[in-house]
Amino acid sequence: MLALWKYRVLTFMMFPALLIVVLNNYLPMFGVFIAFKNINYTDGIWGSPWIGFKNFEFLFSSQSIWRITRNTVLYSLTFMVINLVLSVGIAVAISELRGRLLAKGYQTLIIMPYFLSMVVVSYLVYAFLNPDRGFVNVLLETFGADRVFWYSETEYWPYILTLVNAWKGVGIGAVIYIAAIAGIDPEYYEAAVIDGASKWRQTIHITLPSIQPIIIIMTILSMGHVFNSDFGLFYQVPMDAGALYPVTDTVDTYVYRVLMELNDIGMSSAAALVQSVLGFILVLATNATVRKINREQALF
Amino acid sequence: MIKVRNKRDNSIGPVANAALNAWFILLSLACVLPILLVVIVSVSHNDSLLNRGYSFFPEKLSGIAYESLFKDYGTIVGAYGVSIGITVAGTLLSVLLMALYAYPISRGDYPLRSFFTFVLFFTMLFSGGVVSKYIVFTQAIGLLDSYMALILPLLIVPFNVFIMRTFFQTTIHPALIESSRIDGAGEWLIFFRIVLPLSLPVMATMALFGTIAYWNDWFNSLLFIRSEEKYPLQFLMMRVLNDVQYLRNNVQLAAQNPEMMSQLPNESLQMAMAVVGIGPILLVYPFFQKYFVKGLTVGAIKG
Repeated sequence: MLALWKYRVLTFMMFPALLIVVLNNYLPMFGVFIAFKNINYTDGIWGSPWIGFKNFEFLFSSQSIWRITRNTVLYSLTFMVINLVLSVGIAVAISELRGRLLAKGYQTLIIMPYFLSMVVVSYLVYAFLNPDRGFVNVLLETFGADRVFWYSETEYWPYILTLVNAWKGVGIGAVIYIAAIAGIDPEYYEAAVIDGASKWRQTIHITLPSIQPIIIIMTILSMGHVFNSDFGLFYQVPMDAGALYPVTDTVDTYVYRVLMELNDIGMSSAAALVQSVLGFILVLATNATVRKINREQALF
Repeated sequence: MIKVRNKRDNSIGPVANAALNAWFILLSLACVLPILLVVIVSVSHNDSLLNRGYSFFPEKLSGIAYESLFKDYGTIVGAYGVSIGITVAGTLLSVLLMALYAYPISRGDYPLRSFFTFVLFFTMLFSGGVVSKYIVFTQAIGLLDSYMALILPLLIVPFNVFIMRTFFQTTIHPALIESSRIDGAGEWLIFFRIVLPLSLPVMATMALFGTIAYWNDWFNSLLFIRSEEKYPLQFLMMRVLNDVQYLRNNVQLAAQNPEMMSQLPNESLQMAMAVVGIGPILLVYPFFQKYFVKGLTVGAIKG
């Protein structure tokens, strides 16, 4: 108690941020009880009747839940693998370049997309895919092919979204691995050269094992987000086109639409809670698995 | 940040080096060209857009899009002001509040260190989700249609607080704090006169993170902002693009409302909006890149 009094100024310093965290994070955590209520605006959030798991029953009997779960998980896993492979590949390659200045220049350019908002990205995509005058359709017509109505054809979007996501995220992902590679003790490489190891073998046996801990941390972090999707990517880049929902609707866009457009608090809060709980379980499970394999590399 | 190491006997061959360079030039172009296309369309003359579509080499240039952007669309100027205001206020507040939280949990002698670390860490593991947050913000604390709803959600980023904590732990020696205390300095004085001045690099990093987050945010506007004069730039851009798309897809609706169609910004004007929306960040980030990369990597490595 005496110690607490001695450090009261430090505790006091944390109050403003603590207040923000409570309002922004903890109140919504306790607010998940609304998923078990039938919220109506006349009774308010406190007065509305409890209905147990009814909202969840509705959610799981709807057809959308399977579609949005499939889309969310498949996109997340695809993005995870593709971005990891590309980021690590770029990091290894950029670290091998002879000209340091050039390497720095490339790095500056490939992280540029990271700084754009998804709204700006959606404008860029629209410049390419605009059905009337977009760059791609103009190109298709010059080669005698038919134009494509991009915003109403589902078959292309899994590729478009994967490409846009990689375009925006791979550069910044690579930066983390570039830093890790720069931190590897050069003596390992010197020893490998003396043993006659080729560049390729050095990459396989020195570079990749050395950055493995960071790869694992990044993977744990993204595993926890398998049930989450980048709202901007799935909502704004396809411009909320109804025809594309079969391949663009994810948990996050669904929750938003059901909440704001259908005003169905019950269904959307149930979906959001399922997402939060599954995400929580996934982080814990992934971390526990990593802990079992190698204690050192677990996050907590 | 890329350490120069002695590579005389271990660099890749000249052919491999040339091939890698060629590959990276292509990659860099892939990152830059889409932005360039938008810039070029924004300064293309409407005739050449009609004749040849969007092209990197327009027949005729015109600056009319930017002229009318700032003349006819007063909302844009307003939205720009809102964005700048939110970004500046949010970033300053965010950096200060996060530092005030990170500093105590960085102090080895502070007894509540682990408790407050956990309070913050837990929010990274579990979140109440967007619906619950929407209800809390609109029903419980009444933030509907207020600028506070745009500032509050991005103020405290747990991951960034931990980056700051790690920075304080590694750069500020406990003996320094101890000796200042013996000299009679209180905790506030120590924080503002010793800790903060020694931590300018991490402060700059956080300011950059904050600026990007606030400038590029539109999701919170989508949830909480209702009146048009409060739209930040990104949100206004989003609404314009979606309205254009909506009317294009609904020919009937467009035919019934000819004046609505004529008010739609033409294509070079839309793209000029995108250029304006990209904003100052793209011009300044190369200069802050060093700090930015450092912040990013410290956070990743220390978890």
